[in-house]
Amino acid sequence: MAEKLLMKGNEVIAEAALRAGCRHYFGYPITPQTEVAHYMAKAMPKINGTFVQAESEVAAINMVYGAAAAGARVLTSSSSPGVSLKQEGISYIAGAELPAVMVNIVRCGPGLGGILPAQCDYFQSVKGGGHGDYKNVVLAPSSVQELYELTVEAFNISDKYRILTIILGDGMLGQMMEAVEFKDKEDIYQDDKKWACTGTKMERESNDVTSIYIQPEILENHNLKLQAKYKKIEENETRVETYNCENADIIVTAYGTVARIVKNVIKMAEKEGIKVGLIRPISLWPFPTAEFEKYAETPKAFLSVELSAGQMVEDVRLAVNGKRPVHFYGRMGGMVPSQKEVLDKIKEILNK
Amino acid sequence: MKQLELIIAGFGGQGILSAGRLLAYAGMLEGKNVSWLPSYGPEMRGGTANCSVVISDEPVGSPILDTANVLVVMNGPSLEKFEKSVVSGGLIISDSSLVEAKPKRTDVDFAGVPATQMASDMGNFTYANIIILGKLLAKTGIVSKESFEAALKKVLPPKKHHMIPDEMKALEMGHDY
Repeated sequence: MAEKLLMKGNEVIAEAALRAGCRHYFGYPITPQTEVAHYMAKAMPKINGTFVQAESEVAAINMVYGAAAAGARVLTSSSSPGVSLKQEGISYIAGAELPAVMVNIVRCGPGLGGILPAQCDYFQSVKGGGHGDYKNVVLAPSSVQELYELTVEAFNISDKYRILTIILGDGMLGQMMEAVEFKDKEDIYQDDKKWACTGTKMERESNDVTSIYIQPEILENHNLKLQAKYKKIEENETRVETYNCENADIIVTAYGTVARIVKNVIKMAEKEGIKVGLIRPISLWPFPTAEFEKYAETPKAFLSVELSAGQMVEDVRLAVNGKRPVHFYGRMGGMVPSQKEVLDKIKEILNK
Repeated sequence: MKQLELIIAGFGGQGILSAGRLLAYAGMLEGKNVSWLPSYGPEMRGGTANCSVVISDEPVGSPILDTANVLVVMNGPSLEKFEKSVVSGGLIISDSSLVEAKPKRTDVDFAGVPATQMASDMGNFTYANIIILGKLLAKTGIVSKESFEAALKKVLPPKKHHMIPDEMKALEMGHDY
């Protein structure tokens, strides 16, 4: 490990991508993630990489499609309204099975909304967003250090399964500075990408990267192949942090920014004799269902805390499967719950 | 002080964000958990710039501060805006050459330092933020002067390292005021 640096979340994402071997960035500026593009604009020319500020998010995601089809490690980043614009391209990337990484530093919606922290794009990221039966891997870091580690990981997962991996953060994570320690060398998944369109040199058959399959039998088989891949990802790539759950009175579940607040709530609650556990999904898809099943009968109740009107709570309910009540507490519009608010909700649920 | 929860506020251009960053860096160099968060929300041009800094032995939960135990203000509007955010028993430090008003609160400690005047007397008004931090270090002991100097070396680009002796002089002046 090298020395600790104090860096901004957005800059760490860009630095992590470079360390993971990404040499192509396409994007369009939008607060609160523009520092990713700033960093790439400075760095890429020095290392013979490509930085393009595209004319729109739609153009940027299609440039990602092109670079990925040629076998490059490629990144794009945006924030909620920009990510909405990218959805058509994301669906095509899923259909064509291209590896790429996209960062969404979420702002509050709907519409133009506001730029403060929110988690209101959980559904869009995890359940689809674009058309068709597809999945993206969705990783939700909760610290600047984790922004680094998961961004590197995102490139590896993408290459391994030929899939789009989304880093889902918010303005608080993107804008804050925190300590980060970079490794001297990254573990990079090596793949020769024999499927990529790199030119045949008249020495082999051409590779086709496409998402169009007019014949129903062929398209169904393509879909079955995608579903089999998603199942494999569910088996291998689920990530979760579990804390203090054994004998917990209540298990709180939260991801990203909110999980940080909950960790402090656990300490506050302990002083009042309440044992609070935390299940923090790190991969939102694949969702850590098994972890919830494991603790489904441990606490009196579950509580999902989100910066939304209640989105992840649906997956928590599916995972707990009626074995315990699943409550919800959320703030919207860029409001972030205080530790006391969360503790009050816990006490209300436990009648304390 | 075990845990610093600081809001620094003033006009854009007063070195508000860099003052916070220097302090956070110094805390990190002492092995503490730190966070720095700028106000990136909607602000009017010519309005206040502010940032929140947490330095703690414990992992930092939310870097967004609902309340602060130390408030540094370098203009009048910032005192008005953030005075209510300070916890009872907390500390407010103001640049008294720019902030005429005193806090209305009687349950907090207050120190006024004419930092901009002192910095101008030194020949460089941009040291005002460092003078104020000197007072903060004296009042809270949250980081040592040595760590602060080490942070200056990390944060300032090498071509500005010749300014470090003057910056440290400014820190001392604020510290001893």
